[in-house]
Amino acid sequence: MMACLLEAPLRISVLSEVTATSRHYVDRLFDPDPQNVLQGVIDMKNAVIGNNKQKANLIVLGAVPRLLYLLQQSSSSLELRTECAVVLGSLAMGTENNIKSLVDCHIIPALLQGLLCSDLIFIEACLRCLRTIFISPVTPVQLLYTDPTVIPHIMSLLSRSQHTQEYITQIFAHCCKTPEHQMVLFNHGAIQNIAPLLISPSYKVRMQALKCFSVLAYENAQVSMTLVNVLVDGEQLSQVFARMMQRDKPIEMQLTAAKCLTYMCRAGAIRTDDNCIILKTLPCLVRMCSKERLLEERVEGAETLAFLMEPDIELQRIASVTDHLVSMLADYFKYPSSVSAITDIKRLDHDLKHAHELRQAAFKLYASLGSNDEDIRKKITETENMMDRIVSGLSESSIKVRLAAVRCLHSLSRSVQQLRTSFHDHAVWKPLMKLLQNAPDEVLVMASSTLCNLLLEFSPSKEPILESGVIELLCSLTQSDSPALRVNGIWALMNMAFQADQKVKVEIVRALGTEQLFRLLSDPDTNVLMKTLGLLRNLLSTRPHIDQIMSSHGKQIMQAVTLILEGEHSIEVKEQTLCILANIADGNTAKELIMTNDDMLQKIKYYMGHSNVKLQLAATFCISNLIWNEEDGSQERQDKLREMGFVDILHKLTQASDPSLCDRAKTAMQQYLA
Amino acid sequence: TNPRLCLTAPIEFGVGHVVDGTSLVSAVCTAQGFVFNYSTHTSLLSADISALLLLTGDPAFNYQEHELNERLKRLYPAVNEEETPLPRSWSPKDKYSYIGLSQNNLRVHYKGHGKNHKDAASVRATHPIPAACGIYYFEVKIVSKGRDGYMGIGLSAQGVNMNRLPGWDKHSYGYHGDDGHSFCSSGTGQPYGPTFTTGDVIGCCVNLINNTCFYTKNGHSLGVAFTDLPPNLYPTVGLQTPGEIVDANFGQQPFVFDIEDYMSEWRAKIHSMIARFPIGERLGDWQSVLQNMVSSYLVHHGYCATAMAFSRATETMIQEDQTSIKNRQRIQKLVLAGRVGEAIDATQQLYPGLLEHNPNLLFMLKCRQFVEMVNGTDSEVRCFSVHSPKSQDSYPGSPNLSPRHGATNAHVHNTGNTDTLHTNIFEYAMHASKAKHIKLNLFTNVVYLHSPETSSAVDCVFWCVDSDSEMEIEAEHYSNGVTESSTRIMNGTYKHQEILQADDSSVDDSCSSRQLCGGNQAATERMIQFGRELQALSEQLCRQYGKNATHKKMLQDAFSLLAYSDPWNCPVGQQLDPMQREAICSALNSAILESQNLPKQPPLMLALGQATECVQLMARVRSGSCSFARVDNFLH
Repeated sequence: MMACLLEAPLRISVLSEVTATSRHYVDRLFDPDPQNVLQGVIDMKNAVIGNNKQKANLIVLGAVPRLLYLLQQSSSSLELRTECAVVLGSLAMGTENNIKSLVDCHIIPALLQGLLCSDLIFIEACLRCLRTIFISPVTPVQLLYTDPTVIPHIMSLLSRSQHTQEYITQIFAHCCKTPEHQMVLFNHGAIQNIAPLLISPSYKVRMQALKCFSVLAYENAQVSMTLVNVLVDGEQLSQVFARMMQRDKPIEMQLTAAKCLTYMCRAGAIRTDDNCIILKTLPCLVRMCSKERLLEERVEGAETLAFLMEPDIELQRIASVTDHLVSMLADYFKYPSSVSAITDIKRLDHDLKHAHELRQAAFKLYASLGSNDEDIRKKITETENMMDRIVSGLSESSIKVRLAAVRCLHSLSRSVQQLRTSFHDHAVWKPLMKLLQNAPDEVLVMASSTLCNLLLEFSPSKEPILESGVIELLCSLTQSDSPALRVNGIWALMNMAFQADQKVKVEIVRALGTEQLFRLLSDPDTNVLMKTLGLLRNLLSTRPHIDQIMSSHGKQIMQAVTLILEGEHSIEVKEQTLCILANIADGNTAKELIMTNDDMLQKIKYYMGHSNVKLQLAATFCISNLIWNEEDGSQERQDKLREMGFVDILHKLTQASDPSLCDRAKTAMQQYLA
Repeated sequence: TNPRLCLTAPIEFGVGHVVDGTSLVSAVCTAQGFVFNYSTHTSLLSADISALLLLTGDPAFNYQEHELNERLKRLYPAVNEEETPLPRSWSPKDKYSYIGLSQNNLRVHYKGHGKNHKDAASVRATHPIPAACGIYYFEVKIVSKGRDGYMGIGLSAQGVNMNRLPGWDKHSYGYHGDDGHSFCSSGTGQPYGPTFTTGDVIGCCVNLINNTCFYTKNGHSLGVAFTDLPPNLYPTVGLQTPGEIVDANFGQQPFVFDIEDYMSEWRAKIHSMIARFPIGERLGDWQSVLQNMVSSYLVHHGYCATAMAFSRATETMIQEDQTSIKNRQRIQKLVLAGRVGEAIDATQQLYPGLLEHNPNLLFMLKCRQFVEMVNGTDSEVRCFSVHSPKSQDSYPGSPNLSPRHGATNAHVHNTGNTDTLHTNIFEYAMHASKAKHIKLNLFTNVVYLHSPETSSAVDCVFWCVDSDSEMEIEAEHYSNGVTESSTRIMNGTYKHQEILQADDSSVDDSCSSRQLCGGNQAATERMIQFGRELQALSEQLCRQYGKNATHKKMLQDAFSLLAYSDPWNCPVGQQLDPMQREAICSALNSAILESQNLPKQPPLMLALGQATECVQLMARVRSGSCSFARVDNFLH
């Protein structure tokens, strides 16, 4: 029976080291007397407990297939089958390699099959083993979902005993990784079945049930909405969770309960101004960031808190003054500490392992804190060495840290004051540019978004960035497959073109190329289209620039404008396009491109009579530019437009209820009177 | 083994090691799986206050006062307000003249010129914050920020200049509303928190365990503001410009910040510190000490079968022989069943001379016997009634009522008076609260404890054990560790409960079926005759030993029962409560033990008392953690 195992040459060498006693245990599994087999399994159980070497030996010697065979055989006694499951569970407790071997032997379907047995002791042994296997990172969680009958059956076992509850909830908590998993569990009544376990007398059951809810509710509105209406022993679930956050409860429980409430809140199931969020969840998460907590807890606490308050300025304001959070986070950057390096290798190792995680969590939280409030941003930038930390974070080896650092920088870059001061002082554009050269898309999105802000006209960093050859880079972003990157690329170019030198504008048009420019004007993403129009508008400002660009690209631009005005676009897009037209009408020579285009003039007329005031305003602006008195040929243009009936329209518009439209029309009419 | 071993150990601990004492008790109570039920009765002080409340007029004010008392009691259970009163309002005496007080001295307004910082004015609370609070908290609501909102909220020591805002001077600490800065005994502030203004509620929390302070704004903790705070600080507020008004909340209203949640964290911290107290290499020593304590406790109270099973399981020795335990057990049983006459007979028969040498005890027993006659439970009157007294002889092997013990109100006396050494003093102290119609019977069991091995001053300790606080042992938990003989124990437990229930029902059914001496004419005559004998005994004792006020009072109270048509529902009716038997029962038990040269108090109870005393000492030496290391926290 060993022959089949000896095929692999590698195993021979391992086998030679295997002790005779290990072989003896396996041999006994093949004894013809079932009683001896049972005793053999029991002895094996006692031999492997806590003995990783013995476990590895037995696996190599092929104990697993035989144990699985015995476990599945209906002729085996229930006692034997149970003992087999126990030994397999023990083997799974060893190294990750053990788990791999067990999974390779198809242990999961065998154990799942075992759950159909009616004997509770046997079921518990199978579940315990399944639990150990599924909580290992090497086990593909999908294996739980391959057979659609498994989840409903496991769900039905929840009522059997405290042990089944503990193991099943633990399996669910580890195997719910995607929205699909969430929906499978949800559709099979996970919420109704697990909610009562939150008040189980067993701490382990309570804890695992709580973990289940945190993974079920994460970014899942349907689950979250259902959760708020669940009652446990007459009490709302949010109240149960709030009680689990009480400060004398174990940290793990407080943190997980806070996560549940955070996810429910983010999914819109609980309002952000609910007392259980504002007075309980938020302070609880801030406490999790304190120095007293374990490094893992601090990471989770900071990430969850960042997630909770991301969209809500009030929560950001409260968090920013709670327990010195802003300066507390500065401590996240002090790992590994200089002390640990010298005194304690073990601690150094631990610190090193968590250092990246801590830094990225802190950056994330800073980013979230500073995303709306100027005072908070100021407080963050004034934290010790903050800008230096971001700068070095931007070039760290860990992608996660780089991403979080750039998120933080992006959040702070929304501040005019910071752009003018600390951003420039620390030359943050340099590492940012470097980051943009070669980074995965998610980093690029954040970095380019930040760059957009750095290119705002009042930003002192704009000049050095321009000189670093950023235009080519941004142009290449506009060709990306990701709409977010295209938007950011064109957005940055738009900002760059705002009140820019002729040289810069020409360089932008050259680098982008008219072909790409027009491709962007037909981009399926409205944001891209809007920013492209914005870019055009910024390019077409000040008369000499307008004339120069229109003289070289007039035809294409007019075509694009026509196309957009004729197409199905939003009011904003059309308004922006009419503004471009108004800019063109401001040029000296460029005017003629409109005046000679009757079709275009008809369009303008149409928009002057549009029901939307914004479009009327933009179109009137355009006409006003065309008939402006002090310019050459104004008389002919006025005459032509009068013939086309524009004066009547203008006259009508002087009666408009909108004051600015009315003013604009009056100003235009005055051109005729003068 | 010497059961005193465990007594000497905690006594040797200095104040700095009090945790040892506490952890010892916690170990005893948890390691052996014993579960105690320990309920604290209302302290005299609060009883007085609530009585006074009934006399004063304003119902809203009374309600607020009541709320305040309830909240303070719940928040600071370790504070003995007779020694260290809690701040309840601002002091009209301890303030600068620019400060005006109103609304029961809770509202503060500024009434100076407010030109500059020289016009700043502060007020302190009536009392400093007691260390026994552990964690202390008060809130101040900004009713109006006035002209400039230069308001400071904080703490200051007695004597700090009041013409200043809190925080500017030595031993003064404040958080200021105009700039959000914290001032730590200095004219220049540090950036601390947000500014505060009209409508905000600012809280100030003093942690007397680690001597830090943090503030809250509208229920959100702002983080630590001060560390290394000195003791005895007063809540203080300061104002500086006209129109500034603030209201204090010392517990009159619910707090905006969840201070109890914060306290629960510290309670858990202290408890886990005690639970994890390292005992190092001495594990074996501890175990044998604990086993001896448990064993001696069982023996003391006559849980004979349990004690035997326990000693078998743990292989410990029991000093007293089994017959002696059983004898005591039988006598206790009789007293607890209210059959005091039989108990006296049995004692005289089994321990001849004991009661003759203890005339006070005998008198007390006889008084109790008289009370039980009124109750209709003593066999001398019971034999007249329809119930057969014999039917009660089927009592189980364990004492029928759990003994009653208390370990509160312990006082330490350093005394050189050796006359009291090893004498048992029992006193009935009758406290009649003036404001209440109900007399409170406080039984004070004073035990003198001396450890012969040491002779330093600290080893002379008086334990005044106030039995007004009760502690019950639930017998069903005794099966721990004696599994092999569990059936026997379980049997006993079952009957034990049955008897408890029987007692309960006899009390509950009072209104319908209770009659004097069971309603029997002959029994009543016997009782009256017994009363005469008792009177004679009292007179005899008086002649022999001189007047004894306690005896006189006891006799008076007992006889008073006859003055009421329904003795169970009369001002002295409490005497008839079966619970009252427990004190005399343990007194008799202790006297018997002492006559056998055995300790009159079980070491476990002494250790409990010791721990309680240590915790109270901690409060006096300003160790705030005492608040969360209460002995009763460990007696579930």
